[in-house]
Amino acid sequence: MSVSSPRFAVIVFPGSNCDKDLLWGIKNVAGMDAEFVRHDATSLDGFDAVLIPGGFSYGDYLRCGAIARFSPVMEEVRRFAEEGKPVFGTCNGFQILCEAGLLPGVLLRNTSLRFVCETADVEVANASTRFTSEYADGQQLRLPVAHAEGRYTVTDEELADLKANGQIAFRYAKGHNPNGSVDDIAGVTNKAGNVLGMMPHPERAVEKLLGSDDGLPFFTSLINSLQ
Amino acid sequence: MESSKNYKVTVYVTYKESVLDPQGQAVQGAIERMGYEGIDSVRIGKYFEITAHAEDGKSLEETVDAICDKLLANPNMETYRYEITHAETDGAQA
Repeated sequence: MSVSSPRFAVIVFPGSNCDKDLLWGIKNVAGMDAEFVRHDATSLDGFDAVLIPGGFSYGDYLRCGAIARFSPVMEEVRRFAEEGKPVFGTCNGFQILCEAGLLPGVLLRNTSLRFVCETADVEVANASTRFTSEYADGQQLRLPVAHAEGRYTVTDEELADLKANGQIAFRYAKGHNPNGSVDDIAGVTNKAGNVLGMMPHPERAVEKLLGSDDGLPFFTSLINSLQ
Repeated sequence: MESSKNYKVTVYVTYKESVLDPQGQAVQGAIERMGYEGIDSVRIGKYFEITAHAEDGKSLEETVDAICDKLLANPNMETYRYEITHAETDGAQA
């Protein structure tokens, strides 16, 4: 009897540029069944998880993620998320999930006005999500960030909700906030906990050869949650 | 359609007051360095010029409201306002 692995969809928008990194991480490193799904696809049947990559979908025209949000595949991603299945977005993927209303808040221009491209000190703020269970609370991670619009912004009421519901999954280490995000937030989940967005790139830190494999437990957490 | 009229729509999208606009602050800094005095703040927004045709201004307003709510502005940090004016000629042509 063969046990089939969970099947991952990596969404590709015009202007995505981290799609291959994500596919490499989940398929070649984590050993999962995964394939690209185009922005104009109208079905996610047969997939168990959706990964939305970084990049500059639709050239970041209007606002980051604002146009990608209306891609045909996003209707399916919304349905997928509403069914409680896991959806992960990194960087531009996070921006798209916020624009789509699948996550609260919005990502604005870094307060420094600089594009930050560095390895960030990130802290696990909640290790009890399906995306972070292989980490420990407070664990320090070294994860790459590369963005100009990463300043996570929510209202005071929304921030209180995020805290009360344990929706803050990752924070930048104290004093190392690269973009001015409120409360040093680097990644959040939706209230149900099945959608997570973050600015850092765990898929770029899955092999020691890349400088850090601190991102690998992120994917093994997600994989374990599916088995 | 014979009854449809041509309109110009101008949409202004601006940050809510509570939202920090570092780009606007950078522009303000440049103005100060140029030596101009009395400029208290600068906020950068977006401006859209749209041409449209509709049966009447009322139905066009509904459309523009929907477009602004869904696409042109993100209610998380922006607000919008718009003006609708009649274009020079009515849209009697096919």
